[in-house]
Amino acid sequence: MRYKRRTLFTASLVAIGVVFVLVFVGVSGSFKNMIIGQITGSMLGDIQIHRKGYVASIENLPLTLNMKPQAVAKVEKALKEMPDVAAYSERIKFGGMFSTFAETTNVRLNGVHPEMEMNTVPLLSSRIVEGEKIIKKGEILIPELLAKGMKAKMGDTVVVIATNKDGSVNGKQLRVGGILESATGPGGRDGYVHIEDAVEILRMDEMEISEIAVRLKDFGKLHSVFAMLDAALSQEHNKEGKPVFEVHTWEALSPFFNIAQMIDLMTLFIKIMLIAIVLVSVMNVMIMTVYERIREIGTIAAIGTLPGKILAMFVIEGFSLGILGAAVGTAVGLIVMFALNVAKITFSFARQTGLVLSPTIGLFDILITCLIVIVVAVLGSLQPALKASRMEPIEALRHV
Amino acid sequence: MELIKAENIGKDYTVGEVMIRALDGVSFEIEPASFVSFVGPSGSGKTTLLNLIGCLDKPTQGGLTVAGTDIIGLDRKQSASFRGEHIGFIFQDFNLIPVLTVYENIEYPLLMVQSLPAKERQSRVAAVIEAVGMTNQKDKYPDQISGGQKQRVAVARALVTKPKLVLADEPTANLDHKTAYMVLELMKKMRDEFKTTFIFSTHDQKIVGEAEIIYTLEDGQLAGREVKGGSRA
Repeated sequence: MRYKRRTLFTASLVAIGVVFVLVFVGVSGSFKNMIIGQITGSMLGDIQIHRKGYVASIENLPLTLNMKPQAVAKVEKALKEMPDVAAYSERIKFGGMFSTFAETTNVRLNGVHPEMEMNTVPLLSSRIVEGEKIIKKGEILIPELLAKGMKAKMGDTVVVIATNKDGSVNGKQLRVGGILESATGPGGRDGYVHIEDAVEILRMDEMEISEIAVRLKDFGKLHSVFAMLDAALSQEHNKEGKPVFEVHTWEALSPFFNIAQMIDLMTLFIKIMLIAIVLVSVMNVMIMTVYERIREIGTIAAIGTLPGKILAMFVIEGFSLGILGAAVGTAVGLIVMFALNVAKITFSFARQTGLVLSPTIGLFDILITCLIVIVVAVLGSLQPALKASRMEPIEALRHV
Repeated sequence: MELIKAENIGKDYTVGEVMIRALDGVSFEIEPASFVSFVGPSGSGKTTLLNLIGCLDKPTQGGLTVAGTDIIGLDRKQSASFRGEHIGFIFQDFNLIPVLTVYENIEYPLLMVQSLPAKERQSRVAAVIEAVGMTNQKDKYPDQISGGQKQRVAVARALVTKPKLVLADEPTANLDHKTAYMVLELMKKMRDEFKTTFIFSTHDQKIVGEAEIIYTLEDGQLAGREVKGGSRA
């Protein structure tokens, strides 16, 4: 601590870098997890299973690519054999016309088993801003944009008309049982009806399912469960020998995944910047330190200090700078995140408003960041330390 | 048995394209517990010779044995180790570590070079700091003491490892004459107390007389050897 101001300045630079990384990781991670939670928990589910080719045509909601009961039974069997599956929901997806008798527009609908659906996407109920948190037979949940546009209110009688698989058209009167907050991403503007109402509207002889959404007990096991499920279902082939099913994680079904990847890339970028800050700061100060202490290095080398010990002295100085910067940066970073949590800053994402920013960071991320800082600080001090240890004492003693 | 034996040693330096012969055919022997001075004008090779004896440099020719060891064959690490064990240094500019106290400067070689345990370090430092008369200043920093006191600390630091040999290159150059004599008297006293050989270089003719054996260097060669009365030479 012979140059307190310089040491504090360098440690502060390192600490600031650590604060930025931790806060960014905390904020971006929370944002990302919140949105992913919204997407998977209120609409998509963690994994979806379709008949092969359905996803490519999903915009058209093709009834000809629904899964027949035998195929559904095979999927159910596979899901029941997986202990990591918490719940699944069978959906009939179809498009149709929605009429309030005064106005008519098109609508995308999901026919669902209410209990299965609520178990699979538990956040769906929180999107129901008006009405009971349940989907009843004879009722329809409509997105609020549709409700506003069509001036439809709770309790109104409406008509849903859909083209059936054979090309004929059928309709059914339903009561508006609830209004849904719109959500970002595929399915965010879909309405919901009871699956039996969907079967009736589509005049299905047997219940044919468009998609099966799956919720996992542990979201962290997404890819391993997906791999197992994909492996199990890819063994099913039709008479032509082609695969019957396709399995996708939410990542393949939501454009938000690209944003999530961007966030991960930015996090990596920020970490690289931190490495650069620490490396340059520590190396700079250690080069200065060695230069200022050349005669001292010559003296201690002359009186018998081994080169390895001289190297260790300077590396320990760099290490200490790293530890100090990491410790202070972590403390300040955690305080900043606590303050952000207390402030309850809200933000909007696409059509979702009132999302509360609540940054959190795991111990693993903190430890990794501190480790990066310390290792880079040691690396930054290595070159100047090597230079010091290799100095010839008589040349160093001559230094003015 | 002699402590130092130099046989026909020479040292050449290359400065740019010019080769300089700093030492040429120097031979001598120095017994243990001697008080020796190398004298000569600037450029005569005094510092070069002290550097060779102190294992800070290697001769270009000849043989050099210190404390029974052929120091020419030592590598960098072995040289450092040898110095730490057998040789103490006193520098013209004192070269005390500015962020360490007097006590810590003296303790430094025991801690960082010989790695002695705390108790032994304590007793050795106490003994030597008492011997040089700096006990009352042990908690002061180098910038808080005089030049003479700094050199006392340097003497203590050189002796604390109980070396066989202490090399002092122009130890009194930055001191006034009164203080210079005091430092030399101290060095002699330490020689008597610790039986350490002291070799110092100087170009000051007033100081040189304090030595018991005087080697004169001129243009890199030994021009003479003088033994003062009552010396062991």
